[in-house]
Amino acid sequence: MKRIKEKHSLLMRWTHWVNFPILTVMIWSGMLIYWANDEYSLSIFGATIFNFFPDGFYTALNIPHRLAEGMAFHFLFMWIFAINGLVYVLYTLISGAWRELLPNRHSFKEAWLVLLHDLHIRKMAPPQKKYNAAQRIAYTAIIVMGFGSLITGLAIYKPVQFYYLTWLCGGYHTARIIHFILTIGYVLFFLVHVIQVILAGWNNFRSVISGFEIVNDKPKPATQSTPAKDGN
Amino acid sequence: METKHKKKELTVDQKIKRRNFISFGIFAVLSGAAYEGWQWLYHSPAEEQGVTAGAHKPLRRALNKTELFFRNFFSNNHLVKTYPKERAAKNVRHNSDIGSGGTPNLDNYMLQVKRLSGEVLNISMDQIRALPKTEIVYDFKCVEGWDQIQYWGGLKFIDFIEHFNLAGDTRAAYVGLTTPDKGYYVGLDMPSAVHPQTILAYEMNGKPVPANHGAPVRLIIPVKYGIKNLKRIGSINFSNKRPPDYWAERGYDYYSGL
Repeated sequence: MKRIKEKHSLLMRWTHWVNFPILTVMIWSGMLIYWANDEYSLSIFGATIFNFFPDGFYTALNIPHRLAEGMAFHFLFMWIFAINGLVYVLYTLISGAWRELLPNRHSFKEAWLVLLHDLHIRKMAPPQKKYNAAQRIAYTAIIVMGFGSLITGLAIYKPVQFYYLTWLCGGYHTARIIHFILTIGYVLFFLVHVIQVILAGWNNFRSVISGFEIVNDKPKPATQSTPAKDGN
Repeated sequence: METKHKKKELTVDQKIKRRNFISFGIFAVLSGAAYEGWQWLYHSPAEEQGVTAGAHKPLRRALNKTELFFRNFFSNNHLVKTYPKERAAKNVRHNSDIGSGGTPNLDNYMLQVKRLSGEVLNISMDQIRALPKTEIVYDFKCVEGWDQIQYWGGLKFIDFIEHFNLAGDTRAAYVGLTTPDKGYYVGLDMPSAVHPQTILAYEMNGKPVPANHGAPVRLIIPVKYGIKNLKRIGSINFSNKRPPDYWAERGYDYYSGL
């Protein structure tokens, strides 16, 4: 029997899709700002292996000499980013959705099994509710990261008025580095997220727009039902 | 009434179809609206040339509103972190010569103060140096993203105000500073100007300020980005309107407070 199963509430879908373009604008305007003092690089044993960012990258994205513009965009969209994130967190707390999202004591061991399963090394994935263990960790981490961006951002933005935040972030330099690394983290998250969504298929993707999944119940399951397919 | 009970209950497939149609329809409409909204903002007209210029009109509005919000957190009790003198940079970074190029004539250098009443005071460097000196070693922050621990010494702006009986003028909302050649100018909100760490600096690393750092006297205002730290002060005036500001005319936030 085909049946409609409610999956994502309207508010979760709304905040998810608002966040996507807002975060894109924040990353882009952040790069316009970062360009003015692009001092970060990746090095191993003293040898620089990657500069953030190569000239070709800057020119391709038309980034140079737009600091003032970048700041103006960044300080407008920061409001929407923060408010949208706050609405989402408050919603998960009030609705109880946090129970399905926060990792529990089994999550870290199970997430490993999920990873092995997703990489086709292991046949069975551990049983799950709405989100599997790896998702619980990822979706909680991304919220912690968002909060981190907000705090480190304020620590750089008003280091005198919010001196305690700057102190909490380990100082002005450390705050700026964390702010930068978190941004790189979003880009990596996005890449994995999109691949997982593609692999999970249409039923899963649709649920983030229309809110429901279609479940095909087998008539009279003889034993316990098998765990639902990984959703992303 | 009649049509109501004639309707049959929808099948699961019909429900799926209907809900998909509605949600994807709304999703497409909202995505389109978001895209159009972005296009509008990205191509929105530049603000009119005034005290501020060079920014998109709606973005300038947002900067000004954001300033009002964050000004609520400003306090004279919030002090910039200070460091021991040993931490101060020996090679003090030099970013710009606008308004302070060349070597000024230091003989008879006069600081002009234009009071609200219209009265003009001419204050000599000796008069300034005769007053108690305040030193600060702090992390100077540039809007570009770099920072440097620097060591400055001079007369606290609030001491300057009190000594020359300018307290009445601090009723004004803003202070404006200009270089002698009028090539560079900044506007400061009064609370930031009279903050206890704002200094009219005539020493850098314990020696007279060099020409390229704004000899003989420059502004050091740790609660602002470097762009507000005007080099070589020619005149100071008080105003209830925002005084002209070099970088605010070039798209930067007028407040630029830290």
